[in-house]
Amino acid sequence: MSEVIGLGAAELGAAIKTGEVSSEEATTAYLDRIATVDGDIRAFLHVGREQALEQARAVDARRAEGAELGPLAGVPVAHKDVFTTRDMPTTAASKILEGWRPPYDATVTARLREAGMVILGKTNMDEFAMGSSTENSAYQVTRNPWDTTRIPGGSSGGSSAAVAAFEAPLATGTDTGGSIRQPAAVCGLVGGKPTYGGSSRYGMIAFASSLDTPGPFARNVLDAALLHEAFSGHDPRDSTSIEAAVPPVVEAARNGDVEGLRVGVVKELDNDGFQPGVRQRFRETVELLESLGAKVVEVSCPSFDAALSAYYLIAPSECSSNLARFDAMRYGLRVGDDGTRSAEEVMSLTRAQGFGPEVKRRIMLGTYALSSGYYDAYYGSAQQVRTLIKRDFDAAFENVDVLVSPTTPTTAFPIGERSEDPMAMYLADLCTIPSNLAGNASLSVPCGLAPEDGLPVGFQVMAPPLADDRTYRVAAAVERALTGRDGALIARSPYAVA
Amino acid sequence: MTAITRDEVAHLARLSRLALDESELDTLAAQLGDILTAVAKVQEVAQGDIPPSSHALPLTNVYRPDEARPGLTPEQALAGAPAVEDQRFRVPRILGEEE
Repeated sequence: MSEVIGLGAAELGAAIKTGEVSSEEATTAYLDRIATVDGDIRAFLHVGREQALEQARAVDARRAEGAELGPLAGVPVAHKDVFTTRDMPTTAASKILEGWRPPYDATVTARLREAGMVILGKTNMDEFAMGSSTENSAYQVTRNPWDTTRIPGGSSGGSSAAVAAFEAPLATGTDTGGSIRQPAAVCGLVGGKPTYGGSSRYGMIAFASSLDTPGPFARNVLDAALLHEAFSGHDPRDSTSIEAAVPPVVEAARNGDVEGLRVGVVKELDNDGFQPGVRQRFRETVELLESLGAKVVEVSCPSFDAALSAYYLIAPSECSSNLARFDAMRYGLRVGDDGTRSAEEVMSLTRAQGFGPEVKRRIMLGTYALSSGYYDAYYGSAQQVRTLIKRDFDAAFENVDVLVSPTTPTTAFPIGERSEDPMAMYLADLCTIPSNLAGNASLSVPCGLAPEDGLPVGFQVMAPPLADDRTYRVAAAVERALTGRDGALIARSPYAVA
Repeated sequence: MTAITRDEVAHLARLSRLALDESELDTLAAQLGDILTAVAKVQEVAQGDIPPSSHALPLTNVYRPDEARPGLTPEQALAGAPAVEDQRFRVPRILGEEE
């Protein structure tokens, strides 16, 4: 079934719609592929074989009855384990939720089902989405299909690895500081962070609520846009959801015209400390856009230099508050309840045993930043920096339509290299964090392989809130030109299926 | 350099309801100090009367009509509980903790 697995999601959806391929055939092919390669890649925490086949047969039956199928009906998808699913465990890769079966579906989950998509299973991640390498999972280390000694990015590293290893044509992710765009970049995929409030957080286990954003992974721009459209849009169950139509991302992905588009290169998001091959591919891509008719200017956003610092105060502060719900009382792990210990002792023992080191570190950091006496100096100052970053974006978008930068300072780093050094790990999110703090649309598209290590490089496109379509338009232009010249980048991956 | 003492770390652990062991307290004292030193950059940038932003986009509170809607059954709500008794969550004692 390598023909089915080699298809993009849009092509597969079209083939299912015409009856050329059944959803059951496609789903079986992907389940077999997972069985073959996931022992090496370790992208999935749970594979829901029976549920997936049942959903696939239901789509095939609807087609047989003459129902008009949507563009992704019957298409398999890998689902990040941060989204609740009624029929599969949901753990956020934490021991504190081991074996938990949620009583309800996240809105993103429900919309995948409504679109007729087939959920293959739940993907590995950094525990509670805290990390940039997926090494913080309490269960397993996921490997980058381009080089299995390297990280697949994080926190959505199971999703990026699954799509890059052709274990799924599409995957969901969540992006709080770069957790979709960074893994997409280091795995040679397209990964989008929608405008904050453009995709629903209901049923997505919260890390930092003012930053968390669900988004798509795919092997090409059109597929990413189709998935973005399928699960986005207003949700009355999320009070931060925007009451606006989903931006025309699919149309933009098909269009890809950048003639006359004003592109700003952010001076602060490209410096001497970046890997030379990353900078080289980034600059070539900027020149490519210019050759396609875009007007390129350099833009300065001075407060971006403090974005990483502001993020590592704001995100831990929100996490320390959000993770207070894991109290060992209503669901999840309970440790030490021997009849002699108090509720508070049981709570503290459970949390100490159920959370991993990075989660504890962030809870402690957030508790410090929010505590009386330090609040103004840390959390308060970080919120002021957040205002300055928004102002920098607003000023820049008065003169340009999109901003661009490398997605990450380096290509995928070796497993273990940064796991003992939290600050080094945090630097992986340097370029992606400003868009989370400002809530704007942002996306990463592959722009080649770095000459020195042959690993994928990501090109980040940022647009104003609710102008997500611009990020897809620019990504489509880059993809079309590079694929026309070199063929699809992902086809050069050792795990590619033609 | 922002120094965090081991006593401060122990205090934060109590506030965070984390029963950390001795070696975790030592490791975190060093790491939190390093991280706070690095992120103190916000204090250089955030000077003057810049208004703080708690959210990226302007938000107004959202209400829905106060009408009863179907919810979880007691069985569904209790399905993930660590301990259940008489259709309720059974929890360790919460009174007399000062003793």
